[in-house]
Amino acid sequence: MLTFTFRRLLLAIPTLVLISLIIFLLLDLAPGDPLADQPLSIPPEVRQKMRDALGLDSPAYVRYLLWAKQFFWVEPLVFIDWVTGTSFSEGMQRIVSWQFRAPVFDIIIQRLPQTLWVVGLAYLVGVLIALPIGIISAYRQYSWFDQVGTFISMIGFSVPPFFSGVLMIVFFAIMLPWFPSIYDTTLVVDDFESFGQQIRQMTLPVMVLALQTTAQLSRFMRASMLDNLNHDYVRTARAKGMTEKVVLLVHVLRNSMIPVVTVIALGIPSIFGGAIITEQIFKVNGLGQLLITAIYANDLPMVQTLAFIFAVLIVLCNLIADVLYGLLDPRIRYD
Amino acid sequence: MPDTAMPILDVKGLKTVFRTRGGEVHAVNSVDFDLRPGELLGVVGESGSGKSVTMMSLLRLLPSPPAEMRDGTVMFDGQDLLKISPEELRKVRGSKIGFIFQDPMTSLNPVYTIGFQLAEPLRAHMGLSKAQARSRSIELLQLVGIPDAERRLKDYPHQFSGGMRQRVMIAIALACDPQVLIADEPTTALDVTIQAQIIELVKELRHKLGMAIIWITHDLGVIAGIADRVMVMYAGQVVEEGPVGEIFRDPQHPYTQALLKTVPAVRGPRAERLQVIEGQPPIMYEAPVACSFRNRCQFAFDRCSQANPALTGISAPGHRAACFLLDKASTPEPEAANG
Ligand SMILES: Nc1ncnc2c1ncn2[C@@H]1O[C@H](COP(=O)(O)OP(=O)(O)OP(=O)(O)O)[C@@H](O)[C@H]1O
Ligand code: SF4
Ligand SMILES: [Mg+2]
Repeated sequence: MLTFTFRRLLLAIPTLVLISLIIFLLLDLAPGDPLADQPLSIPPEVRQKMRDALGLDSPAYVRYLLWAKQFFWVEPLVFIDWVTGTSFSEGMQRIVSWQFRAPVFDIIIQRLPQTLWVVGLAYLVGVLIALPIGIISAYRQYSWFDQVGTFISMIGFSVPPFFSGVLMIVFFAIMLPWFPSIYDTTLVVDDFESFGQQIRQMTLPVMVLALQTTAQLSRFMRASMLDNLNHDYVRTARAKGMTEKVVLLVHVLRNSMIPVVTVIALGIPSIFGGAIITEQIFKVNGLGQLLITAIYANDLPMVQTLAFIFAVLIVLCNLIADVLYGLLDPRIRYD
Repeated sequence: MPDTAMPILDVKGLKTVFRTRGGEVHAVNSVDFDLRPGELLGVVGESGSGKSVTMMSLLRLLPSPPAEMRDGTVMFDGQDLLKISPEELRKVRGSKIGFIFQDPMTSLNPVYTIGFQLAEPLRAHMGLSKAQARSRSIELLQLVGIPDAERRLKDYPHQFSGGMRQRVMIAIALACDPQVLIADEPTTALDVTIQAQIIELVKELRHKLGMAIIWITHDLGVIAGIADRVMVMYAGQVVEEGPVGEIFRDPQHPYTQALLKTVPAVRGPRAERLQVIEGQPPIMYEAPVACSFRNRCQFAFDRCSQANPALTGISAPGHRAACFLLDKASTPEPEAANG
């Protein structure tokens, strides 16, 4: 297992390098000028100097290698310095956002908590709700519980977050003013009251995202449980005199979780995609919103870096899914 | 013969119906039989004759819906298994009545070790500690002839061959010293040599442990070798039952006679050609009102389509069959039978 994980990690490196190159080339092909935002009154010579300073006219491979060096070498050193207090990265050029004129990673670190709080929590909530719903729906197939679950999942499946988000705002922020419609990033949680405020402002975006996760995952869990409930080993467990609880939660659940865990792991990156939209609606200034504004502002280093981080996340989650699969299913042997 | 002993399992009027989209399927129709201590009862019948459904109904192992136990009593240990609460039923399942299923490849849970699956009934029914369950598991694996038992406890089902898995299933079924073992075609999925080994094993264990066994099979040859009594099923009914020697020497029901003609004689001259029974057993969309075998029976006459024959005794003790031919008063003249 360990050698497998290690081999997969090694294999991920060329994959990621290729992905970063593709992202770079795609962004390079995209029309747009990072200086388009600057006032027209800037004289052409000055404009040219600014282009030179940003290295915009150097050949693509130079710009790519520069970015790669900064991403894979300088930024890790900065990170090490930051953790251990050393100064390996002194005097090295970091990846700088054209839009913010600050290191890309400093901004990402600022934005990350909002996204994790909203998106990460929503995913967790979604998973924790979906699994029991899936289990009960399968065990009591066609019961009223299952029917209601099916109906709600259908809504969660078919209504996109940009619609359900607005709907939530209309119902729970305007008609019933229970929750704020805008996420206040400046809120500092230091006492009980501000904590409650934080919970309330997180509720709507978390609900919107969790609805989506729950809908998809509970259906998947249900299908997987139903599939396993028909297996012969379930009858064997009952014939041994095991309680229904043991049959369901020990025998059937462990088998049903094998594909579901994979789906959960693979879903982690896609939830960040969902966040892009939900963050826009609720004005959460997390990574999703950062990406959108960077795209509008032609902030190529930022877009390149964020897109690549998503790619790393996808590759990593794939790896995690494979490893978990092997851990849960003894029939799988990787070496 | 323990003929006079009290039956340990007494089934009366068992009716099991499946409610499906296409209507009801009457899979078991008023089945009566009993099982005496230490006896081996062979159950034979074509595919679809209701053997498995009957036996699973006894322990309420069929998922409901679609299955529904509509009527009958299953007396075991002074209680009716069809009426007792789920908790009481669980104390019988796997503890007093063990079950072995047809397909050893799918009957074990693929994600748990053999040791875990063996220890489960031991801990649930006998209240053994982890260590006690472990040593008993090793004993059991040795009993069913699995070499290197101690080490194999850690193995998963996929690391065993089909025959070895069926031995594990037998060990699980025997774990708590059951009084009754129900084996539903335990060797059908195995190849012939392994099949013979498993049959030998059960024969040996039966004498060692002294339990009563219900053995379901298609293979009349196996029945002749191990059973004390035979029960022949057709369309969810018992059409003939009796001591094994009687059934083979003097079968009374036309279906049993036809079944026996499909088996090659082991001893003696090969006089007749092997025969197949023409046609298919019916799927019972309603409870039988006539003899279910009449469409395939070469002796069928008018009465056969007017009523359903009941099991009636014949001169030999314990031998009964359900056919109007046995009712001498109604038997037609031979020429009418072929008309
Ligand atoms: N889940 C079900 N839904 C509907 N009908 C069923 C179901 N299970 C079994 N049956 C019906 O019950 C009848 C008896 O089936 P059963 O499995 O008991 O036969 P069997 O004698 O054990 O055959 P085999 O030798 O193939 O195992 C069959 O006609 C079948 O169509
Ligand atoms: S009752 Fe009639 S149809 Fe049925 S087995 Fe006897 S003779 Fe044949
Ligand atoms: Mg069967």
